[in-house]
Amino acid sequence: MSIRTSYRLRLKRKRFLFRAFRKRRELTAVAERTGAIRKGDVLAFVTLRNERIRLPFFLRYYRELGISHFLIVDNGSDDGSAEYLAAQEDVSLWRTEASYKRSRFGVDWMNWLLRKYGTGHWTLTVDPDEFFVYPFCDTRPINALTDWLDTYHIRSFPAMLLDMYPKGPIDAEPYREGQDPFEIACWFDSGNYMISKNSEFHNLWIQGGPRARMFFANKPLAAPSLNKIPLVKWEKGFAFASSTHMILPRGLNTVYDEWGGEKASGCLLHAKFLSPLTAKVAEELERREHFAGSREYKAYSDKLAREPDLWCKWSEKYINWRQLEILGLMSKGNWA
Amino acid sequence: MTVGFIMMCHTALDRAAQVARYWAEHDAPVVIHVDKRVPAHEFGALGRSLADLPNVSFCKRFKCDWGTWSLVAAAQAGAEQMLARHEEVRHVYLASGACLPLRPVQELTDYLDARPQTDFIESVTTADVGWTVGGIDMERFTLRFPFSWKTQRRLFDRYVALQRRLGLKRRIPDGLVPHLGSQWWCLTRQTLSAILQDPERPAYDRYFKKVWIPDESYFQTLARLYATSIESRSLTLSKFDFQGKPHIFYDDHLQLLRRSDCFVARKIWPKADRLYSAFLSPRAASDTRAEPNPAKIDRLFSKAVERRTKGRPGLYMQSRFPLKDRENGKTSAPYSVFQGFTDLFENFEGWLSKHVGARVHGHLFAPERAEFAGGDAMFNGCLPDSAILRDYNPRAFLTNVIWNSRGERQCFMYSPRDTQKDIDWFTATDPNAQISVITGAWAVPLFRSNLNFAEIRREAARLQNIELAHVTILRSMYVKARVRIWTMADFIENPMEPLQTIIDEISPRATRRLTEAPQMVDLTGFGQFLQNLKNQGMQPRLMGDFPVGGDPRPHSLRRGRPYLVK
Repeated sequence: MSIRTSYRLRLKRKRFLFRAFRKRRELTAVAERTGAIRKGDVLAFVTLRNERIRLPFFLRYYRELGISHFLIVDNGSDDGSAEYLAAQEDVSLWRTEASYKRSRFGVDWMNWLLRKYGTGHWTLTVDPDEFFVYPFCDTRPINALTDWLDTYHIRSFPAMLLDMYPKGPIDAEPYREGQDPFEIACWFDSGNYMISKNSEFHNLWIQGGPRARMFFANKPLAAPSLNKIPLVKWEKGFAFASSTHMILPRGLNTVYDEWGGEKASGCLLHAKFLSPLTAKVAEELERREHFAGSREYKAYSDKLAREPDLWCKWSEKYINWRQLEILGLMSKGNWA
Repeated sequence: MTVGFIMMCHTALDRAAQVARYWAEHDAPVVIHVDKRVPAHEFGALGRSLADLPNVSFCKRFKCDWGTWSLVAAAQAGAEQMLARHEEVRHVYLASGACLPLRPVQELTDYLDARPQTDFIESVTTADVGWTVGGIDMERFTLRFPFSWKTQRRLFDRYVALQRRLGLKRRIPDGLVPHLGSQWWCLTRQTLSAILQDPERPAYDRYFKKVWIPDESYFQTLARLYATSIESRSLTLSKFDFQGKPHIFYDDHLQLLRRSDCFVARKIWPKADRLYSAFLSPRAASDTRAEPNPAKIDRLFSKAVERRTKGRPGLYMQSRFPLKDRENGKTSAPYSVFQGFTDLFENFEGWLSKHVGARVHGHLFAPERAEFAGGDAMFNGCLPDSAILRDYNPRAFLTNVIWNSRGERQCFMYSPRDTQKDIDWFTATDPNAQISVITGAWAVPLFRSNLNFAEIRREAARLQNIELAHVTILRSMYVKARVRIWTMADFIENPMEPLQTIIDEISPRATRRLTEAPQMVDLTGFGQFLQNLKNQGMQPRLMGDFPVGGDPRPHSLRRGRPYLVK
């Protein structure tokens, strides 16, 4: 790496950190229980808005994986999410009414909390509709993974976003509180992903899946990125650059092997295409707080009105992580 | 007679205590070495938790660093204490705090009683080991290593290089033949005391203090001097991966560990509650004198290492994205590319799929859409036929097609009219590709088209340039694919022979000879058509020789019988 590039990236990182530092004022603590965090705990960092109905399952899922504490930013929910979260013993909650977009879609808030509370811990940064799956997640808690990563001095762990969808119209089967969303949205695309390497940040740029084929077939460049690095052993100078797709310093982005081997990786099952989606899309279009002028939501609302089924006869039904491993969506690497 | 355990502990002391208690309660004395770095309160707690056991003791503590003499010193201290305090011990077993006994102590004692003179220590000459880290094997014994490999890697490497350059060498003490092996051994009192009480020991210790990773060579080398019968294997099941880190056992390995019949396993994840409770619960010793058999576990771990170093050929994913030429298989399975065949034959795809057991696609890279077999709009893995998506990353599209249909051979048609970007070189350098080209056949659709001749001429020039470039690639020295190229004139002269070769290669087990050739399009006037192109100033170079007037007539579409004189 030339000195120039490295200096430029350093400036970029410093700018992200400074933004995070400035945006800390936007966060007001509602329930501050960070004193309960112990050494070696794996922490979850979440930004959310109006996800009340999904929260019980979300918390249960990650508690069972072995997450010890949740650090959550509530971006102006009005559906009781805040009250529900504030009552949970293992949740620290901050509230903000500030703009999601102007905090770079929550990343500035996350970077601040990660720096302040995540340093020295394994941190999992996820959205409330993302469910982390890693090799052996059905038999080994997340500490087994992080301990293993520690022995190899690996600091970041990738998990590709895997869009899950139901068969038939998305709003057909309503989601009940506490229910496993993948009882409804249990289908996914197994083999239509396109990868290229980002030469600046050295991360892989993965696109594809149902969103690319249904909503962006005519403008693939705009199709959403699916590469994510949610699990990071946080250090003070780290900063997410764009959602959890990219992180600086960029060495953390090289979570893939370039010599033919496979490194270990997981998946984030994405329960986005679940009722009530139409209402959510309408609301988000109204708010205009999402990436690239909410172009994704525009595409959804156009297409879903006409052709609401993402399912096709080649869709794969989700069974477990081993299935994802066999399909080549994730890998055990040398973990056995 | 009994077996005594020396335990080397530095973390997860609660687990070590559990294991020590298990051994001690089954009348196997235990000497524990605790790393001096462990804080006093933790050490104190460990001592208190085992205070009720008279046959558990603690030896002198050393600060232990990986790959240094301190580990040997600790083992020596533990061994001396064991031999001095426990007269009844015949075998001394060196274990770590992350070890877990898989079989009852009684079974181990019985096993050792049946082999009272045998030392179980993996001990191999340096010439025979392939697992050394850093490529240093014999030099471990002849160079000096004052710098830490873990924390001062650069100094370490430079100092090694310097010594190599200057030809500096240490003298190996007389009588020693360097041997290496796993540091987890089980030695008899006789051998161990001979090592520890050797009058030469100060000299040996002085020498080994400067050997690299002496814990893998000190006892392994010295045991060769005294042992009467060495079994060169470790009784501890301990597997290392390609980076020299021990594989770790978790709860889900329970059945595997049970069936391995090994006595002790290392290394156990400290939070593997199920393993600890299953193997430390009281169990009756079974009568089966099973030999340890770690083959299944070996296989599991060697597969893991292979996955990490070689990966699955043809897979491109979030944690495997090989550089060019490092793919270890650009694609996951063999496939066939046919160029020019659909132009020359009517319904070639239909004919081909009748004769080979493979999925036959149309032009996967056609400008309008990917022509999947059967005209489907979507292929395995939800791969859509959209040309825009495909051309956004054609290589990913091709590797996806091959990956998604593992187990079934794929054939597809190709033509200069199709997307070339990224595909031409990729397929040409892919050993899985079988590429058959009839050059110049792209002119046939133009010949039969209803276009103005000026347009035909322009299009012909364009396609010819593309195909020329492609053929240049296919004839380059970098080609790894199985490439066959015919001019159109040569091919129609005798189509059966090449078709038979291609098909034999696709399905080698099919013994049936081709009897029926695909239906060739009518080429009457094609020679004149080429002449017209020439007359218009274009030079058709790829079709071969088509004389004007002498319209090409293939000899016979039926297989000739060469032994028949007509």
